[in-house]
Amino acid sequence: MSMTNIFQIAGSALTAQSQRLNVAASNIANADSVAGPDGQPYRARQVVFQVAPVAGSQPGQAVGGVKVATVLQSQAPFRLEYRPDNPLADAAGYVAMPNVNVVDETLNMMSASRSYQANVEVLNTAKTLMLKALTIGQ
Amino acid sequence: MVDRLDEAFQFYQTAIQLRSQRQEVLAANIANADTPGYKARDVDFSAALREAVGTAETPRLPDTRLSLTSPRHIPAASSGTGPAPLLYRQPAQPSLDGNTVEMDVERVNFADNTARYQASLTLVSSRIKTMLNALQQ
Repeated sequence: MSMTNIFQIAGSALTAQSQRLNVAASNIANADSVAGPDGQPYRARQVVFQVAPVAGSQPGQAVGGVKVATVLQSQAPFRLEYRPDNPLADAAGYVAMPNVNVVDETLNMMSASRSYQANVEVLNTAKTLMLKALTIGQ
Repeated sequence: MVDRLDEAFQFYQTAIQLRSQRQEVLAANIANADTPGYKARDVDFSAALREAVGTAETPRLPDTRLSLTSPRHIPAASSGTGPAPLLYRQPAQPSLDGNTVEMDVERVNFADNTARYQASLTLVSSRIKTMLNALQQ
């Protein structure tokens, strides 16, 4: 029954994209968090998407939804800002700031929201088609 | 009589089934628009339909199974028929992460497939009406 699979596929994409949106929101919110619970500056996080084949599909014929495989922490070096009056500054007066690139995150957020919208539209279309199929012969 | 009716609707049934399968593939492409390394897939609809209704130039081989003479044998089978073979789309502008989904192409195909699916449904509905009319004469 492939029409019900569409709900699964688009639904998984909605989940994955909203998680991506969540991570982008967390990154933007913490763009200036100098110290986290471990005392280190916040590290930017990124989701990694992976194909999740629909149950019962044959190998090689696999179409599928999306799942978030892992959430990676960015290993980029911290941004150093000269703030000699800050208590967290090192001997030279530099404070290690999070390695979040706010512009990147904003773009990420826009891309995630567009993908989310596209999948909502897919869901709506699939729903319309299913309802239409119910009216065969009427 | 029932045979004839079945035959009359067979073509539409196959067409609608293939349309909904293609719809699923296109939905998967849109869902995976941001998955690194994902290759966009599609079904060659007319070839799949020709094959399903048995007018293909080169019909596929029937299912082949290994004959099992011992309980330890592996019941391997190659399925000849089944869902239409999935092909890979040729991207015009593949992205750097190996993803070949082009959102505009997918959206256009999705809308096109939706319209054709609805057209098939309308056709089969009017066909049923015709049959009912004929029955009532």
